[in-house]
Amino acid sequence: MFNFKDVYLTDYYVVAGPFEKESGVKNCDLYLEDDYYNEKTMEKAEAKMQKTILNKLIDNKTELIVGGDLTNQLTAFALSTMNINIPSMGMYSACATSASSLITLSTFIQSKLIKEGIFITSSHNLAAEKQFRFPVEYGAPKPARSSSTATAAVGIKLSKTPSKIKIVSATLGKTIDSYIKDAHNMGAVMALGAVKTLIEHLTITNTTIKDYDLILTGDLGKVGENIFKETLKQEYNLSIKNHFDAGAEFYKNFEYAGASGTAAQALMLVTKYIHQKKYKKILYLATGSLHSPVLVNQKNTIPTVTHAIYLEVEK
Amino acid sequence: MNKNKYLKIVKDLTPKEKKLENSALAFLMGGVLGFIAEGIKLLLVYNLHLTVKDATTWVLIIYILMASIFTALSFFDKLVMKYKCGLIVPITGFAHSITSSALDYKTDGLITGVGASFFKLAGCILLYGIVSAFFFAIIKVIIYV
Repeated sequence: MFNFKDVYLTDYYVVAGPFEKESGVKNCDLYLEDDYYNEKTMEKAEAKMQKTILNKLIDNKTELIVGGDLTNQLTAFALSTMNINIPSMGMYSACATSASSLITLSTFIQSKLIKEGIFITSSHNLAAEKQFRFPVEYGAPKPARSSSTATAAVGIKLSKTPSKIKIVSATLGKTIDSYIKDAHNMGAVMALGAVKTLIEHLTITNTTIKDYDLILTGDLGKVGENIFKETLKQEYNLSIKNHFDAGAEFYKNFEYAGASGTAAQALMLVTKYIHQKKYKKILYLATGSLHSPVLVNQKNTIPTVTHAIYLEVEK
Repeated sequence: MNKNKYLKIVKDLTPKEKKLENSALAFLMGGVLGFIAEGIKLLLVYNLHLTVKDATTWVLIIYILMASIFTALSFFDKLVMKYKCGLIVPITGFAHSITSSALDYKTDGLITGVGASFFKLAGCILLYGIVSAFFFAIIKVIIYV
């Protein structure tokens, strides 16, 4: 549990892919015409999305870049920060990277080591499919419980300069066993981690669910959010009404359970819930399914981690 | 949380796959493919006067070619996702798996990309196809000799 006093979200920039635009994702700063973004490979396209954001957000006060993505060994992050001449630090907690990076950056600012830093993350549908699943053009049938990686990139600038969006506190989650071996059912993998971190955050801060205007989980999807609610109900006798899931907000008209990916969660957080200014007290639970093809092929149960950030948005 | 209790919640809330509907669609699609193949074969036999054996080979070549071209034109994967095993089990599935792998890795170089990943999906079909063919051949020899 960390308390922050002088950490503010001062700016953000969001890039989204064509399929996201088609499925009704609004308020992004830039929509790509096609998945390749005028590059030869999808990995380079993902890096270019990050680079575009960095170019928009970096100013002469930027002291640190923290971020990550889903490509092998953070290829996109490495390419996007190359030759930018600002210290950078890559991070990986699967889809929870958005929160772990934001918490790290906030800690740097709170401890007065830096005054301003940028968080960057991206996910690219084609690059993630190639790495985690099957070749892009291979029509491997997807079950209804599976989610689709969103093509998007999000950059957020944190600073000690006051703004209307304040990062108040955060709870770093603990990695736990989800008991699930099925990588298609990522909602079920992550729901248990989300429940654990939520309960832990509520216990430590001595708050209840009703103290928050909105509890936003990451990319549980339509299947995962039901499991999340049911687990809370059965295990802790809690019912949750002020809850949305970022992943389930995507692709409502398509057959998937929703979107996944590091950028999907951060995108919904800034473009929908922070942008609206409807909710003042937002508890953001970034959920991550820490699986890899090796881990799944060797028939392990999938570890999961969820990090929580509490933000306050003033009108 | 108790493992079995959680797994029960997951099982109850995870949507079931429509197995019967999927099987029926795959069965129909497989049948349609077979029907078209028979049509092409008869055309080749009666119009071009090929032998039945040659005509069958040509039908397979046409199917492999069409599946590969349709994969490259990026709509075959959507058909496969819909009709599933109806398109995966016939030779179209084999061609589709190879073409899609090759397309995916064409940017990673001819040797380290396309060469190394060409049979990424189809490799297991080749390996276990050849191994099982070997054992069936032995059984055949034992029965007939």
